[in-house]
Amino acid sequence: MSTVKLVAVFAENRPGQAARVTGILARANINIRSVTVASSGNFGVMKLLVNHPDLALHALKREGFAATLTEVIAVETADKPGALHAVAQCLAAHDINLCNTSGFVANDRAILVIEVEDPAQACRILKKEGLHILTQKETLTI
Amino acid sequence: MLANPMFWQQEMETMERPALEALQLKRLRQTVRRLGRVPFYRGKFLEAGIKPEQIKTAADVRRLPFTTAADLRENYPEGLLAVPRQEVLRLHTSSGTTGKPKALFFSRRDVDRAADLIARAFCMTGVTRRDVFQNMMSYGLFTGGLVMHYGAEKIGCMVIPAGPGTSERQLLLMQDFGTTVVHITPSYAFYFADFLEKKGIDARRDLALRKAFVGAEPYTEETKRKIEAALGIDVYNSYGLTEMNGPGVAFECGEKCGLHLWEDNFVLEIINPATGEPMGEGEPGELVLTSINREAMPLLRYRTRDLTCVIPGACACGRTHRRIHRITGRSDDMLIVRGVNIFPQQIERVLMSMPQIGRNYLIQLEGLDEMTVKVELSPTGFDGEVGHLTQLQNEVAEKLRAELWVRPKVELVASGSLPVTEGKAKRVVDKRSL
Repeated sequence: MSTVKLVAVFAENRPGQAARVTGILARANINIRSVTVASSGNFGVMKLLVNHPDLALHALKREGFAATLTEVIAVETADKPGALHAVAQCLAAHDINLCNTSGFVANDRAILVIEVEDPAQACRILKKEGLHILTQKETLTI
Repeated sequence: MLANPMFWQQEMETMERPALEALQLKRLRQTVRRLGRVPFYRGKFLEAGIKPEQIKTAADVRRLPFTTAADLRENYPEGLLAVPRQEVLRLHTSSGTTGKPKALFFSRRDVDRAADLIARAFCMTGVTRRDVFQNMMSYGLFTGGLVMHYGAEKIGCMVIPAGPGTSERQLLLMQDFGTTVVHITPSYAFYFADFLEKKGIDARRDLALRKAFVGAEPYTEETKRKIEAALGIDVYNSYGLTEMNGPGVAFECGEKCGLHLWEDNFVLEIINPATGEPMGEGEPGELVLTSINREAMPLLRYRTRDLTCVIPGACACGRTHRRIHRITGRSDDMLIVRGVNIFPQQIERVLMSMPQIGRNYLIQLEGLDEMTVKVELSPTGFDGEVGHLTQLQNEVAEKLRAELWVRPKVELVASGSLPVTEGKAKRVVDKRSL
């Protein structure tokens, strides 16, 4: 199984909070590959794909942030119509619920970052479908 | 026979009730006579139509006039002084947040008596001369510094008069001198526990700390347990107020079941704060204290505004001085929100029972009776799911509604983002436009 770790950090929904998080990561010499923010009222959760998740987690915690690592799957899909649908369809066929999902395109490669309840199971299913699941290392070299 | 190290003044601390009550009456009558010379009290006695010599029984205390915080402010600076100025050895003032401060004078004997009460507390919690006591309360006009200090010196333990200072410096002192006992406010204790956690210091393993005397702010049993767990120590509740010497008016013994209030020094009453009438035995109400063993500035029936009750029955420790329950609120801390009476301590009790919620909180009142409770997310209470945080926020609001009968808005904020003072914490911000 090759899941990828994201750093999830709790931040209040007010000016300057993202800057504090990114500032800490910059000082720790952490490179951010992708970021999403899910906000809910007065707070939100930032999720970051970074080159050194454990270091990033440590740096954020040291500054008093509530942070944790979450396991996600990074699936490579073709950068063409219907590619996301194929993944969604495949998971739906196995009754797997997609929680948080985001994606990005870099160097003509489309990467879908998905969170599911049981990443190991989803990984197996997607691999069987012939999809490429990226390792943490691979996500850094796209 | 060797003196029992658990007692400082064993005879006084374990005196049979009839003898203790006789001593109280004797001292009360002396105090009333002394106060007959103070113009403020002379006026009050005239108004109430009583003469000092009419105080003949313990129950007669109820014929005496109340003294309020407002009386102290109006008679600031020296209006309540009961001895000639040259008899005064020391001045303390209260940490009053609004208006004029309240001044309290000590004679040489008062300083010594106050120190004895602290020494009793040290002994009954098992502190000996081998201990190292770090006083993390503010020195200066606040009684928490010097009054505690003088008591500690009576025991003969090593005293580090650290004052509030920075946490870095506090830690250094603890490490370098092997501090075993601290005197600290509950809010600073939490702050300090967080500080140690961030530094990667485990108080159990890395420090010699064993006990904390925690006071100067009311706090709940849950708060106490959290401090004990975070620092791996025993917390003893300390109650006092500047108007009655400062700390050491009442203190928890090793049984940790209520605070012994030193009845040879204070006459204690529990009254209905609205009517001034006495409450029934064991019923909660406002604590009213008369200082009967002070010279420079004794006060009659001082309205403490602190809410508590007397714990019935004898204590296993052998002390005969009655115990009061930890302070459950201040009658002037009470908030009225949408017509409902709310005490900040009720909110604290709910929050402290939830491990996902941190140690600090702020109650904000705004607009037309809108109550928002800001709570900190505990760093360990986060699993990365925004949905779980929303659920947690609703759960806090629901628990508060069940306790208060008013559903507040709950805002989850980052750990460490709410203001923490190293002295007294400000928990309520009222910006209502009513």
